[in-house]
Amino acid sequence: MSDDDVSRSAAAATPLLVPPTATPDIGALFLGFLKVTVSGFGSVLPWARREFVSVRRWMSQDEFNELFSLCQFLPGPNIVTFALIYGYRVRGVAGAAVATAALLVPPVLLMMCVGALFDRYGELSAVRDGLTGLAAAAAGLLVSSAVQMAEPLFRGRRLPAIMLWGATFVAAGILQWPLLWVIAALVPVSIAVAWKSVS
Amino acid sequence: MKDTAGVLTTLALHFTLLSFLAIGGAVTGLPEMHRQAVDVSHWMTSQQFAELVAIAQAAPGPNILVVTLIGFHVAGIAGALVATFCMCGPACGVAFFIAQAFDRFREKRWRKAIQTGLVPVSVGLIAATAFIITRSADRGPATVAITAGTFALTYWTRLSPLYALGIAAALGVAGWLS
Repeated sequence: MSDDDVSRSAAAATPLLVPPTATPDIGALFLGFLKVTVSGFGSVLPWARREFVSVRRWMSQDEFNELFSLCQFLPGPNIVTFALIYGYRVRGVAGAAVATAALLVPPVLLMMCVGALFDRYGELSAVRDGLTGLAAAAAGLLVSSAVQMAEPLFRGRRLPAIMLWGATFVAAGILQWPLLWVIAALVPVSIAVAWKSVS
Repeated sequence: MKDTAGVLTTLALHFTLLSFLAIGGAVTGLPEMHRQAVDVSHWMTSQQFAELVAIAQAAPGPNILVVTLIGFHVAGIAGALVATFCMCGPACGVAFFIAQAFDRFREKRWRKAIQTGLVPVSVGLIAATAFIITRSADRGPATVAITAGTFALTYWTRLSPLYALGIAAALGVAGWLS
């Protein structure tokens, strides 16, 4: 990965050609994860990608992809594991605790209020219709971040990686085969392909 | 709820187990969650389950917090806390220690091959999730247009996606989408 590539990943979302350098302190970690979680309508992933890669520049798109994919294949909810590992990496135990708490405490409290409201007002059609609109917009946001995450792969022009991306998409998304099969079949192939490209 | 301790134990066992199985994101654990909540434990109807999923997806915070809603529905505040803790605590703790061990081999070739090799499959899974969620969210031309508009806004501009979400929710409440 050359500096040029890093700058171009950043440039996909921002006009500035500055490679990411900022390491957050505890306060910034708290505010960053808090902002991501409270704006995380639809899915937290697009907001995390946007905030950490494009806005705060804590990491490049490639670094984000690497850490996120590691979390995806480890047990537990991805974004929670992401907060735990990233917080610890930059600010130790306190960082891990602060990032995870900022990510989880506010929405858990909110969910309990929403749960209580839903038991009472869930039948109202205005609530249903509002949720329909919100869900459609949230889907567009998720598509946008799926495309942005795939961009480094396509820019790298490494055909095997692009084919593995496509195979995963078709198997898990279109054919909806059981996830464990998809992972068991494709991850070993993908690691074998990567073996040749790393040293 | 008659047997609160029993229900809380069931919630705890179920979500701890599920958290170790759900690789690839909250969405991938949903079928198993549905089986448990609707078919096995009869905590709610299939329709209620789908609505709780939609709310967790639309509301701020990680989508996995649908387990908070399920826990709340089944056993109130205690249920919400138990479900959330069991879904996140044990599995993320284990993941954390695996990641630390993994970091110690940063310079090893096999470690780099695994890390690099996971990316195409992982990014492909995100694309698959986006596809599945879009298909379930888009029920007609109006919702497709909202999804496309939000994509355009977030992909080509730096405007906050909150504008798109706010407008979409308002259009829904105004009855333009049904």
